Amino acid sequence: MSDALIRARALVAGWDSPATAPLDFVVESGRILGLTGANGVGKTTLLSALAGRARVFSGALETRPGLSLSLQTQDVPPVNGVPLSGRELLALTGATMAGLPPWLAGRIDDRLDRLSGGQRHYLTLWAVLLAPADLVLLDEPTNNLDSAGVDHLAGVLRRLAGAGIGLVLVSHDHEFVERVCDQVIVLGEPAHVV
Amino acid sequence: MWSDLFVLPFLTGLCLALVLPVLGCFLRLRDEWLAALAYAHVAAAGALLALIGGVMPALGGMAAAALAGGGKRLFAGRLAGGAAFALLLLGGWAVAVLLAANQPLAEQLGHSLFDGQLYFSGAAQLALVAPWSLFAAVALVLLSRHLLLARVYPDYFTARRLRAWPVVLGFDLVAALTLALATMTMGVMGGFALVFVPAWIAFRRARRWRSALLLSSLVGTLGYGGAFLLALRLDQPFGPVLALMLIAVGLIIA
Repeated sequence: MSDALIRARALVAGWDSPATAPLDFVVESGRILGLTGANGVGKTTLLSALAGRARVFSGALETRPGLSLSLQTQDVPPVNGVPLSGRELLALTGATMAGLPPWLAGRIDDRLDRLSGGQRHYLTLWAVLLAPADLVLLDEPTNNLDSAGVDHLAGVLRRLAGAGIGLVLVSHDHEFVERVCDQVIVLGEPAHVV
Repeated sequence: MWSDLFVLPFLTGLCLALVLPVLGCFLRLRDEWLAALAYAHVAAAGALLALIGGVMPALGGMAAAALAGGGKRLFAGRLAGGAAFALLLLGGWAVAVLLAANQPLAEQLGHSLFDGQLYFSGAAQLALVAPWSLFAAVALVLLSRHLLLARVYPDYFTARRLRAWPVVLGFDLVAALTLALATMTMGVMGGFALVFVPAWIAFRRARRWRSALLLSSLVGTLGYGGAFLLALRLDQPFGPVLALMLIAVGLIIA
């Protein structure tokens, strides 16, 4: 596993029961792997298995020793009513503020629950994306983002990959996936690499 | 006012007035504000049990609260959604009332625990409360980052292959023991008022987490000082005066 961060062999993942078809893939440093497919094929479950949240029912999942992971999920962080600013959120995860889009940098000292849904989503996404990690796992990161946000995100993902960070991206947004990913796996029966 | 008779109780309560609002912020962050009442009632029951058993009530109260704080993890699967705290509250209240109803000694202590007679605190109580308050404040500062992460980024621990339980257990024990001491110093509702109201105000008004902690502590300390003087001047029990003062401050500021 020279540049390989994660190597899956005939991996079947699920929660209470197997939910994905057997899958082989490798996630390498500096590359972005996209996972797409119809609803219910197990994209999020597979991502969760990589993060240690979901179960591996069969096959093998090897991770590089000492691998540091960041995981962004579709769950909205419960920050309503909590007096926490964007700057404090980034400090918590160790994410840098350098490179924040101007429409967010200007509101970095506002409480998270005073931001719009899109601003809050991008800031919490940023807190995960820019946290120190070898591998970043993203689940539908373009949700709630307008076109400016999507463009900015695409640039950030390529910049992270350029810095040697590996990324796995689950998305139903085929255009976005094809635009930023180095390799795409379409989950289904059978799964295939594009 | 400045005789030992009043200075010692004042300083004892002041230590708690500084730390309880900060603890309240973390309990509110975790949606566990009911824990304040639960641990207080369990501590009261433990203190009464200890009294009847011939042990120092303070030890009994702290032991019962620590047992509740640490032990509730064992039933976490069955007692999600705050059920653990509701059951602890009911259990602690029931045991305390039954003991007070059947033991004359326990009845007397029970009244002071529920009414909040801060003025009976002496040097021994201050010697217990002051170092513990300092320890609790330091522990909360050390646990702060992980407690915040557990709220805003719950997957952090899983993704980083870290164990969350030492943080949670450490916080539960700090909360339980601090509330046990508060109960035995200023009563069940006096302690609860200092945990709940300043944190509630701070969560509504503060723009940042750090300023929320400072604001809650400031409100708690000022409210405590005012209530202490007022209760003394009017010759009234401290707990209810503190609760009414904090409610008034809360309604004005929040």
